[in-house]
Amino acid sequence: MSDASQAGPVLAADGTPLKKSLQRALRAQKLRALALIAPLLIFILVTFVGPIADMLFRSVENAIVSETLPRTVVALEDWDHEAGEAPSEDVYRMMTYDMVTAAELKTHTRLGSRLNYETTGISSMFRKTGRRVDDFGEEYTDQFVALNPAWEEPATWVALMAASTDPFAISPAAEQALPETASIYADFAKTIADTKGDSVTEEEPWHPVYLALYTDLIANPDAASAFSGESAALISAAAAAVPTFEVTTTKDLFVKADKGWTDPEVWGTIKAFTPEYTSGYFLASVDLKKSPDGIESLPEDRQIYMLLFKRTLFMSLMIMGSCVILGYPIAFLLANLPMRTSNLLMILVLLPFWTSLLVRTSAWKILLQQQGVINDILVWIGLVDDADRLVMINNQFGTIVAMTHILLPFMILPLYSVMKTIPPYYVRAAKSLGATNWVAFWRVYFPQSVPGIGAGCILVFILAIGYYITPELVGGTTGTFISNRIAYHISSSLNWGLAAALGTILLAVVLILYWVYDKIVGIDNVSLG
Amino acid sequence: MKLKTIMLSTGAIAAAASAYAAGHGMADSMTLVSWGGAYQASQTNAYSDPYKAEHDGLEVVWDESSNEAVAKLRAMNEAGNITWDLVDVVASDAIRLCDEGLALEIDHDEVLAAAPDGTPASEDFGDLLVSDCFIPQIVYSTTVGYRTDLVGDTAPTDICAIFDLEAYPGKRSLEKRPINNMEWALLCDGVAKADVYDVLSTEAGQDQALAKLDTIKDSVVWWSAGADTPQLLADGEVVMGSTYNGRLFSLIEEQDQPVAMLWDAQVFDLDGWIVPAGLPEDRLARVMDFLYFATDTQRLADQAKYISYGPARASSAPLVGQHATLGIDMAPHMPTDPANATNTFLYNYEWWADYRDDLDAKFQAWLAK
Amino acid sequence: MELPPYATTGQRIWHYTFKVLCGLILFFLIAPIVVIIPLSFNAENFFTFTPGMLAFEADAYSFKHYQDFFSNPDWQQALVNSVQIAPVATLLSVSLGTLAAVGLSQDHVPFRRAIMAILISPMIVPLIISAAGMYFFYSRIGLQGTYVGVVLAHAALGIPFVIITVTATLVGFDRSLTRAAANMGADPVTTFFKIQMPLILPGVISGGLFAFITSFDEVVVVLFVGSAGQKTLPWQMFTGLREQISPTILAVATILVGISIALLTTVELLRRRSERLRGMSPG
Repeated sequence: MSDASQAGPVLAADGTPLKKSLQRALRAQKLRALALIAPLLIFILVTFVGPIADMLFRSVENAIVSETLPRTVVALEDWDHEAGEAPSEDVYRMMTYDMVTAAELKTHTRLGSRLNYETTGISSMFRKTGRRVDDFGEEYTDQFVALNPAWEEPATWVALMAASTDPFAISPAAEQALPETASIYADFAKTIADTKGDSVTEEEPWHPVYLALYTDLIANPDAASAFSGESAALISAAAAAVPTFEVTTTKDLFVKADKGWTDPEVWGTIKAFTPEYTSGYFLASVDLKKSPDGIESLPEDRQIYMLLFKRTLFMSLMIMGSCVILGYPIAFLLANLPMRTSNLLMILVLLPFWTSLLVRTSAWKILLQQQGVINDILVWIGLVDDADRLVMINNQFGTIVAMTHILLPFMILPLYSVMKTIPPYYVRAAKSLGATNWVAFWRVYFPQSVPGIGAGCILVFILAIGYYITPELVGGTTGTFISNRIAYHISSSLNWGLAAALGTILLAVVLILYWVYDKIVGIDNVSLG
Repeated sequence: MKLKTIMLSTGAIAAAASAYAAGHGMADSMTLVSWGGAYQASQTNAYSDPYKAEHDGLEVVWDESSNEAVAKLRAMNEAGNITWDLVDVVASDAIRLCDEGLALEIDHDEVLAAAPDGTPASEDFGDLLVSDCFIPQIVYSTTVGYRTDLVGDTAPTDICAIFDLEAYPGKRSLEKRPINNMEWALLCDGVAKADVYDVLSTEAGQDQALAKLDTIKDSVVWWSAGADTPQLLADGEVVMGSTYNGRLFSLIEEQDQPVAMLWDAQVFDLDGWIVPAGLPEDRLARVMDFLYFATDTQRLADQAKYISYGPARASSAPLVGQHATLGIDMAPHMPTDPANATNTFLYNYEWWADYRDDLDAKFQAWLAK
Repeated sequence: MELPPYATTGQRIWHYTFKVLCGLILFFLIAPIVVIIPLSFNAENFFTFTPGMLAFEADAYSFKHYQDFFSNPDWQQALVNSVQIAPVATLLSVSLGTLAAVGLSQDHVPFRRAIMAILISPMIVPLIISAAGMYFFYSRIGLQGTYVGVVLAHAALGIPFVIITVTATLVGFDRSLTRAAANMGADPVTTFFKIQMPLILPGVISGGLFAFITSFDEVVVVLFVGSAGQKTLPWQMFTGLREQISPTILAVATILVGISIALLTTVELLRRRSERLRGMSPG
């Protein structure tokens, strides 16, 4: 420190410049703080934030269509929904290949239910067709087998299609000469291996494989040249015979399974939902619909979500308001009573807080229903006629009362902790300067308690907006929240995408509120007693 | 193709069963999923307790998650981690699970016991085998119960009493979903039973049903949990309400409440087991062994001692005895009893599978208004 | 709140009106509990005040729902599960939460607001979304339906309460005390346990109690993340309400109210002790 008086940087005890030394100390401090926080942060990120993000991602994810119907999706690219006609035979044929694979894997009904959210009836079309699709092309099988029984033999097919090295890989020659057959045969080989652990050497191919072979041979009569030996002979004989085969269009087969397949609307829906990511769920959650013709609004008798969002907001505000009105006097009382008394009363505030939510909600049912305690008392003292008892439950009123009760402690506690810090002498000073009780309260005390109101309000509002069990039990039809629909879509309708979209919107609202809250009061300023 | 699939899967089951014969390869615990409450108690009494008595050291865990079964099975399947061995679901859920490949397809004759007279299982269950994955246990009905002391002098005799506010003023409880309510509304609006689903397929028909429901909308308490209507009836909070016939039986006979029930246009439905797809071999062997035991003629008849739901096997009906504690004959309380089944309504699974999403959206929008 | 002797009539009226008002609100707060307790002694199997009960006839009351609770293996198992899950979840959220709160209350924490928002998120994300998200995710990693899964989920839900209460206590913490300890040669661990911990203990305990209650009263998440082996009391109550209404639920609630009162009294006593320790006058 001897040269501290000289020009140049101030040095610390160990001779490093003080600025640097301080920086290092600061960095160490930051690191230590982060090290303390890290375990919890990682814990929350892994056990909570990750899962939530994963859940919300389902709101845009839509790979199911292109994964289940890869060929159809490509074939549909050239089809124009505007023309108002069903697509060409090619599309139906591709659909046959996709569908037979999907039906074996049992993914077709899953896709059916997915598309049924968009257009009613698709679910049963997929179900019915899936049941029959393995027979599509049966007549081709019969004709090939009539031509040469060898076509029935799995070994014939393996010789024809498989690469010399690996029975599960398709030979390039087959891929070149018989593209459709090769592609569907590959699916066949993979599917039976995956689902039943069978090998292609033991199973006769699906009928649609024969359909594909027929199509390939018509398109490429010269296919035999790609093969050698027995296979070449078989193929050339078949190629010579196919022009005389009896044919049915696959379109007819589809229509026979369900006449809905002629409806361009159905194909339009499939086409509209081919991208891997969709805005469909988000549109649905604001009462819009992604249709083949673009975005349109849902028919009025099916619009519900905007109403529910508005209602959720309105009721949460009402609950918040009731909590302020009921919570303020209690917090004031608690803050101004001597400690011992106020702590006793505090137990009354905290007791319901720690009683099971389910039990409290049931208790409100008992209290509020028409044959319930409150109505009984009102009838008994003669305020209400026995014939027209008040309806106080299974409506908005019931939800607001029960939820106000449940959330009231969340209002009282932050209010109380703010009021505790308000020094009593300001009010005394105001009064001694001539203010009336009311003026002293309103102009001096109340403004100081506003942060507490802010804290309580946002806390109550955020908690209220996501509530689900209480509105479910006492809400009836007009007192339910958006969360109830989310729960319904998660556990009953299985429309997880829509649930995730609704959840994302709700979460966005909550986060904005949280941000506002943090701006106004700061999250640190919440004390829970 | 189909035949081959079934033969293959039963082959696997037969192999599993023979593994059992050798005395090896059966898991020593199994998780059964059901609804909880009295229904699950009847299953414990009739199925799992006797089975446990025969198999020392077997642990049976009951999971009361049937309400969320479809969602949970789908998530388990996505995750590739099946924790359930046997799941009790209603028929429409069984169909859905089977469709999605979440439930195992079984050959009923191969897996289930024949009737005592040798009738194969598939004939004994008959039409009730609504899906290849579904093993029906019981037939239940959704019907209407009413307070005898609140309906005045003329007790209701048909389902349309629900819509008759003049003769039966007061609240009524209906389930908070379109299924059953839409059908009843149309039936009481002059639509013939055979045409109900055709009419409901049209936009106009749906509006007609909702318009009919509109006439009583203000007087309806909507329920979503099975225990709601019995509680509401016991409180006198509603004059009448729809619920399952077993609940009403319990309310009337076991709890002795002033309630009676209607057997008119009650909606006939099924409840039964499915085996989740993708179980490891030892657990599959155990569950198949249990299933063979628990769905035989005597066991199904035994269940009716504890709860008033009809056994799904034709051969069980004559064996239905008396209530386990009350000692009353159970047969007249069965939805399958001929006297009760004179005017039943058959629930169309296929139709609802298609229209469920759309109609539910419409119904909920109507409710919320 | 004492009424001064010189108060005018108007002030007197207002004073008493205010007290009555507060009394009514406090009654509103405990009204459901007041209803639950007598109904739990109902001799019938419904949530209904029977005429017999209103006439105070002895045979309209019974202990059968309490007997049911203590003899029914389902309820007993649920109680055992709750008792096994809640404390472990609480311990996890308290230990991690306190550590992080201490970290957060240091002077220079980068991204403090963002970190705080993440840590508080379990409280602000609507429960049904949390439940579904955790359900899918835990299924995938094999934690769904396991004890560990439920404990982790409940710990995550309890953490915001610990963070909030502990950081609030640390706001009033005199930092010179730790410096003094360090000055006298205590290492950071000793300082934490000997100096800091005793002083922030009330905050830790009340945060812990909130976390405990969160887990103990939680039904939505456990319904999804748990399976039969983790059926907790609220889950049993929920199935009870859905499948078979029985006042056993009310008996359980009454017992829990008793326990709550005991817990609250404990908290209050602890708080008084801590204030004595901190040398603050009560008030």
